[in-house]
Amino acid sequence: MKADWQHADAAEIVFDHVTKTYHGRREPAVNDLSLVIPAGEICVLIGPSGGGKTTAMKMVNRLISITSGDITIDGQSVKKFDLTELRRSIGYVIQQVGLFPHMSVEGNIGTVPRLMGWPKQRIRERVRELLDLVGLDAENDPKRFPSALSGGQRQRVGLARAMAADPPLMLMDEPFGAIDPITRERLQDDFLRLHREIRKTVIFVTHDIDEAIKMGDRIAILRQGGILAQYDTPEAILATPADDFVARFVGADRGLKRLALRRLSEIELLEAPSEAVDRDALSVPVDMTVRDALSLMLTGGASSLVVVDGRGEPVGLLTVDVLGRLLASSPEEVRM
Amino acid sequence: MNGGDLSAQGPVIPKFQEGSECIRENGQFCWGWFQSNFDSVFVPRIVEHIELTVIAVGIGLVIALVAALFAYRYGWFDTPFTIFSGFLYTIPSLALFQLLVPITGLSWTSAEIALVSYTLLILFRNILTGLRDVPDEVKEAARGMGLTSGQMLTRVELPLAMPAIMAGIRIATVTTISLTTVAAFIGAGGLGQPIFNALQGGFKTQFVASGVLAVLLALVADGALVILQRVLTPWARARVRTA
Repeated sequence: MKADWQHADAAEIVFDHVTKTYHGRREPAVNDLSLVIPAGEICVLIGPSGGGKTTAMKMVNRLISITSGDITIDGQSVKKFDLTELRRSIGYVIQQVGLFPHMSVEGNIGTVPRLMGWPKQRIRERVRELLDLVGLDAENDPKRFPSALSGGQRQRVGLARAMAADPPLMLMDEPFGAIDPITRERLQDDFLRLHREIRKTVIFVTHDIDEAIKMGDRIAILRQGGILAQYDTPEAILATPADDFVARFVGADRGLKRLALRRLSEIELLEAPSEAVDRDALSVPVDMTVRDALSLMLTGGASSLVVVDGRGEPVGLLTVDVLGRLLASSPEEVRM
Repeated sequence: MNGGDLSAQGPVIPKFQEGSECIRENGQFCWGWFQSNFDSVFVPRIVEHIELTVIAVGIGLVIALVAALFAYRYGWFDTPFTIFSGFLYTIPSLALFQLLVPITGLSWTSAEIALVSYTLLILFRNILTGLRDVPDEVKEAARGMGLTSGQMLTRVELPLAMPAIMAGIRIATVTTISLTTVAAFIGAGGLGQPIFNALQGGFKTQFVASGVLAVLLALVADGALVILQRVLTPWARARVRTA
């Protein structure tokens, strides 16, 4: 029997007082975790090692059993499902990718569809569609073996494989953690673009706070012992950390991190200067992040920057006062 | 041991006074005699030799596979089976053939039991190592995608263990081809038969020809298995090429 959520584009996930205590341990790895992940959002689980973030994620597809409490997907408990059915309906991506070395790219991506008995032609078409989606070559790549791919390409195949049967929910365990910084950034950007198209619910585990801020619609920060320290939007966590632990975790530069979340086009600037603009004034494009603009201001020794649109027309003026007001405001006001 | 010492003992197979000069003088290798007697003397022995080997490795593979799968699932089984098959492996072959004669007689069965017991250690260790070397992340990804444990075994674990399994089959096959020559000692046939006859009769050509044919058989079998392995595991070659 298939549940409705298995056909849906995205599913709402609820952790309801979930606790996990490993066999023979006194202290729980995840302690009374409750949170709601709205359908179609990326929820990042982050915390120090020992914070139980991976444990929390693996309880969703029951790679780890739940000691007490429950996890529901669109209202239905994961415990009620046939294990195989449940896992085939949830995309799963891990850091080491775990591609099958004895199968071609096509064989790897087609794994779950084959298990579900799709006709060959449909699998072929789906594989090519997915390769396009994740930015690989749909003509030449299907027949290649994983050993012939770079680390970044392998993770793209891993992503395609996880999405093969169009699951409404994806679990991603430090998916970009083992990839060099430049490739990682490209994969992050591509995944965010992809996510805007497919809008699946994603649970994303990372230990990198910058990645969490960049990827997450919401971030759940877990502390030692698997206790939820704060669950909120990146903006809100940076603006108002719940306690010292969170403040330390997000870093002393959390103000700057907040500025990195906003582009100049999204904030209130001073009125654009008139004709009498100083010819030497520095100008910056309107799609630059506020953080980059601040950096330019400091390196350029300027007290203000002229913000210009695509045609070079001034649209506003950025000053230190503007930045101060921006950081002083509550996250809701800053949000567009 | 060489043909020279033996030529003085017992009767010789061909009638040396009637044959070519080479045969009359019992030369190291009489090509003419080999050519004219190849079909009648050697071909049936080669066929027997291949039969003995294929059946021994086949039965050995089935037993070792079952044992290895059991040990893969239940780790405690590894040590006792390794000790058991290791013990069998250390028994000198002539002694083992002789030990079996009172039980199963001077027969093909005695020969096969001995030959199978020599394949077990190599095949068991190689299959088990192959299975255990399947990377954890591959198994985790497979489990996360909802493969059942049966699907995991047939689609992921056994295919990935294949290079190690094939390596074991190659060693077992070559070893068995060599041991099968000794099986003629208890009347099981194969290329050992003309060797024993030649040892008794002192006819060098037959002695040399049988030995060379046994070696060639081992080389051909090994080569064929290498080709089979490449066909079965194209991905393993791709890995070597890019490494």
